[in-house]
Amino acid sequence: MSVAVRNRMSYGRDQRLRQTLRIFFHGGYFSYRALFNWQSPRFYVPTMLAGPAFQVLFFAYLGRYSHVRDDAFYVVGNAVQVSGMSGVFGVAITVGGERWTQTLAPLLATPANRMALFLGRALPHIVNGFIVSAFGFAIGRLLLDFHPGLGTIPELAVVVLLSTTTCTAFGLVVGALGLRWRDVFTIANPAYFLMLLFCGVNIPLSALPKWMQVVGSGMPLTHGIAAARRVAHGASLSSVDGLIGKEALIGLCYFAAAYVLLRVFEAEGRRRATLELV
Amino acid sequence: MRIARLLAVCWWFQLKQMTKAGLFVFTSIIEPLIFATLAYYLFKAGHRPGTLLYAALSAGLMGIWTSTLFGSGGAINFQRWQGVLEPLVASPPPYALILFPQTLAAASIGLYSLASTLVWGRVIFGIPLHFVHPVAFAISIVVTIVSLGVLGLVMGASFILYREANALSNMLEFPIWIVTGVIVPLSLLPGWIHPLSWILAPTWGYRAIHNAALGGNPWPGIGIALGLAAVYFVIGQAVVVAFERRARERATLSLV
Repeated sequence: MSVAVRNRMSYGRDQRLRQTLRIFFHGGYFSYRALFNWQSPRFYVPTMLAGPAFQVLFFAYLGRYSHVRDDAFYVVGNAVQVSGMSGVFGVAITVGGERWTQTLAPLLATPANRMALFLGRALPHIVNGFIVSAFGFAIGRLLLDFHPGLGTIPELAVVVLLSTTTCTAFGLVVGALGLRWRDVFTIANPAYFLMLLFCGVNIPLSALPKWMQVVGSGMPLTHGIAAARRVAHGASLSSVDGLIGKEALIGLCYFAAAYVLLRVFEAEGRRRATLELV
Repeated sequence: MRIARLLAVCWWFQLKQMTKAGLFVFTSIIEPLIFATLAYYLFKAGHRPGTLLYAALSAGLMGIWTSTLFGSGGAINFQRWQGVLEPLVASPPPYALILFPQTLAAASIGLYSLASTLVWGRVIFGIPLHFVHPVAFAISIVVTIVSLGVLGLVMGASFILYREANALSNMLEFPIWIVTGVIVPLSLLPGWIHPLSWILAPTWGYRAIHNAALGGNPWPGIGIALGLAAVYFVIGQAVVVAFERRARERATLSLV
């Protein structure tokens, strides 16, 4: 193969990579900006900060009343789970919401790389979910009996970031289902609240029936929350690498499932001409 | 007579509409069942078996508040989106008499929550449904729903001016569960919260329902909830008139 041909191929690869990265970052950024309500503090503060903060407080007091575990158990469980406000609802609205805004058909008419297109939409929600989660921890630290050592915070942040990412992958699956079923909230609402029940957020997994433990072990957040609890008690990251590995693997499975579902429902939407139905 | 007919027709229409909406089916049935299951396993893990009926009952009452919150908070926004808010405000009856049956319907939808969590508790977890004062139990439920409906009127009216009403609804679900002591007794909460809970009719309604079902005197709770509902109704009417006037002046009624 001549040098000129090889240079042309290399240039083509570079350009495709640049396009893919542009779709991933710019597309994700603009899709987040398009959640116009979320840009307003009048919406963001009550929904993304105050609501999750009250969730942390509610379950901490319920925990005190039920005598199951201490405040730290509920603060860590709920502070990690509230990342689902962004990871599940945000992604579901971003992907499923393309239908309401009538942008779904034009979007899917483009030749853009689908992986970059949809994963890019998840990225801002991972960042936002992390912020929501951090606020939940801060509330627990300020108002409840939760006092992790300062040295645990960087390691806790790593676990929370991973958990937020897996939760967002789960949100992508929910969003993909929103391409098939027209009301994405019918799926997102139960998905968010079922995590409270199955993922060991408020009830130790050992206290649940066997079948619920099995379901929970395949859900996002379950292993991340368990790892975060140990890290908050002073364990090192290396001592929870098994839990972190499981959480990461589950996240990858959800990303893969979301990608497959998005492609399947895209093809089905084209075939049945349902992409523009609201 | 015409007012009674107006209230009944609006209430029934709204009830039917909400029963068919996926969001309300979730908030009034699915979500309370999730919380009932969660509370059941939580109390079981904490070795408090005597509280299992309390858990099922409380989850249902939590559902009544959620339905009221999203139904009342969203009532005006739904009308905005459907483009009927302006004609309704311009129609001859006072707008408060149109809004109140809608918020009452939202609270009534909460009956689904209570029924579903009690049936769920009985069928799935075998919780015996033995109510100490059955007649008082039924009366306290009706009074609680009416008081929540009137509270919804005050809340819904306040949202005339606030277009991000959904955001407030998202925020207010958990705090009212905390402050009214629906599942966590008020004695566990900081003292400064108590006065706040006393001025909320659901606190007394929930207390009456718990006492009627599990033992205790439900009548003081019923009486105070009714009294507070009357006060809320007067406040609600005034708020609707004031906010409606302000929204007309600022031409924001139909803004979505």
